[in-house]
Amino acid sequence: MYAWTGNMIRVNLSDKTIKLEKLNNDDMKNYIGARGLGTRIYTKEVDPQIDPLSPENKMIFITGPLTGTLAGSGGRFNVVTKGPLNGTIAASNSGGNWGPELKFAGYDGIIFEGRAEKPVYLWINNDQIELRDAEDLWGKDAHDTTDLVKAATDEEAKVACIGPAGENLVKFACIMNEYNRAAGRSGVGAVMGSKNLKAVAVRGTRGIKIADYEGFLNAITDTRAKLKAHPVTGAGLAAYGTNVLVNILNEHGGLPVKNFSEAAVYPNAEKISGEYQAEHNLIRNKGCFGCPIGCGRVSKNKGKYKGIGEGPEYEATWGFGSNLDIDDFEAASKANFLCNELGMDPITLAATIACAVEMVEKGFIPREKADLNWGDTDMLVEMTRQTAYREGFGDELAEGSYRLAEKYGHPEYSMSVKKQEMPAYDPRGQQGIGLEYATSNRGGCHVRGYMTSPEVLGIPEKVDPDTTEGKPGLLKVFQDLTALVDSAGICLFTTFAIGLPEIAEELRTATGLNLSDEEFLLVGERVWNLEKVFNLKAGLSKKDDTLPPRLLEEPMKGGPHKGNVVKLEEMLVEYYQVRGWDENGVPGQAKLNELGMTDVAI
Amino acid sequence: MDKILVVQPEKCTGCRTCELVCSYTHTGEINPARARISVFSFERVGFSTPVVCQQCTSAACMAVCPVGAISRDNNGAMVVNHDRCLRCKMCAIACPLGATLYDYVEDKMVKCDLCGGDPACVKLCPSGAISYQDANAANFTKRKDYAARFKDVYEEVG
Repeated sequence: MYAWTGNMIRVNLSDKTIKLEKLNNDDMKNYIGARGLGTRIYTKEVDPQIDPLSPENKMIFITGPLTGTLAGSGGRFNVVTKGPLNGTIAASNSGGNWGPELKFAGYDGIIFEGRAEKPVYLWINNDQIELRDAEDLWGKDAHDTTDLVKAATDEEAKVACIGPAGENLVKFACIMNEYNRAAGRSGVGAVMGSKNLKAVAVRGTRGIKIADYEGFLNAITDTRAKLKAHPVTGAGLAAYGTNVLVNILNEHGGLPVKNFSEAAVYPNAEKISGEYQAEHNLIRNKGCFGCPIGCGRVSKNKGKYKGIGEGPEYEATWGFGSNLDIDDFEAASKANFLCNELGMDPITLAATIACAVEMVEKGFIPREKADLNWGDTDMLVEMTRQTAYREGFGDELAEGSYRLAEKYGHPEYSMSVKKQEMPAYDPRGQQGIGLEYATSNRGGCHVRGYMTSPEVLGIPEKVDPDTTEGKPGLLKVFQDLTALVDSAGICLFTTFAIGLPEIAEELRTATGLNLSDEEFLLVGERVWNLEKVFNLKAGLSKKDDTLPPRLLEEPMKGGPHKGNVVKLEEMLVEYYQVRGWDENGVPGQAKLNELGMTDVAI
Repeated sequence: MDKILVVQPEKCTGCRTCELVCSYTHTGEINPARARISVFSFERVGFSTPVVCQQCTSAACMAVCPVGAISRDNNGAMVVNHDRCLRCKMCAIACPLGATLYDYVEDKMVKCDLCGGDPACVKLCPSGAISYQDANAANFTKRKDYAARFKDVYEEVG
């Protein structure tokens, strides 16, 4: 076996049994790994109607064939489960060092099922796999947990764990790995919490074998040279991290302000920008496993919120910054550091707080319940803490913006799609990202088809952000390619500099799988359809492929895209056609068969 | 003057590419546990650095070897003669950097051999944290950097 190990671990937390299994050869070829293969295994075993936080739910930690190899930025793994934030299929993706270590231990993934009676953690040391008591770890934050588990196992073990947010079933809790890297979205940390699984520690000293030694060395040398030479992956992300986007999106007129209620132009953007961070707070760049980009930021706060941590990423900077009318970089950074320690998704948290502030301001949430105001940095830090522990109003924030807004009678103030909050791109300034949010299989999300790349950054080529023309077709290609990238085990950021030919070549030479570029892209389309079928069976339908009314009805108040709304319906009709789905967005059996998915029933 | 591997921790992002390419080129598989170079990261404070054999002039590994299996090659690298080596592992014990290792797969003592004068880790290190240069030139750069800090201080005070 090349690139893959071919081995899976199955852990039943209810009866504490641990079994080894082999991967299915057809599934490996058709779904490759990580997001794709994980979803394939998951959907074969789990009823889509189950409650995500019940013992009936399973969760699969799974790597791809390029994870742990020399492929550029090949350090990713996915957590596949049904997410508690919105009940869609969740494949939450993380970099860091945990995924590669699992490969070095000799496994592609772990399937968790059932629910432990008491808190436990799993310890994998090559052949030795055991569940251990974690009662002493319960209540500890992600950083302390990581330290303690390493001390109890092996100093060189890599640790994935939940913090208090996951334990307290915060609907958008993350799984942290190696301190500051997160499987961030969809609330996968709460699923772990519901299973009483505190951590998974791995140590591996075995090698990954490569099918074509010279071919792979050439492929990765080519990829890495292209990543270094590209202005985004070789310069912009290295110099300013993802926060390079703050000024870019602001100039574009797409940086959402105050819960998307104002023109997407923030007058104080400079003060929360990547350039500002580099000048005032940056200690050094941080790379995930095998990554030549190194977009991670080790950052130091010097003022009242002092401390050292990683990030914030652009999405967090926006969420805790302009979306709350906060222009204090260190405050945004502090909230992000807390999210890392407590194990929460900063996108959903920030958007939920923004929703709450607007509803308090409008009088829908009584001020005695929560005295929230725009621009209040201490409030932000305190609400972040309270949410993880479900204290006070934090208990309501912990449910996410949709449930919060619905509870107070106005779900329209939740800036979410399928109950998951949208990130830092106002789609009234980018029609394509609007279609991406509406059709993403896990709800509001930018990393399923990053239309900002062509619409704002001009990569691979510039398209007019204000037109709907051609967007459905372009988005389909972005979504399918992204699904392939996520299944291979490499980072989406590589696709600024490389495309299908380079990724396919890395996969071919590493695995020995003799598929054409087009056949690899078809893997992505298969994954997309498989996720869609799961969501339909879970009860979602065309009515969920939409955006908050604000984006469809309230024209943008100012900036370069003044007067725009998202013209979703016309794009959606064409999108379904391009996907080969019916007018309700349902893939027929004929379409599934055409993709070779004859054993997937609609 | 021989070239040496110069490590600059301030540039290291902790990505471990050096470990991967080192193990791949020396063992044919990708396995950090078998790499001749290791990256250590102190995550809480965000510090990372590679640790690798510095090809010491007074090499403890060579001095301690009871059968003279370690010698300096034309590139200045201390290399192990595996035919002569007893696997007594005294070189690993004696090395002050912990940079001489026992490979349990191939049952042999391994260490950085400078890849015969063209180190793979240098070629793929994305941040320039490892370079291969003349030892004096490397020190000159460090002295100059240090002098520049004096200059900054004097400018501030002046």
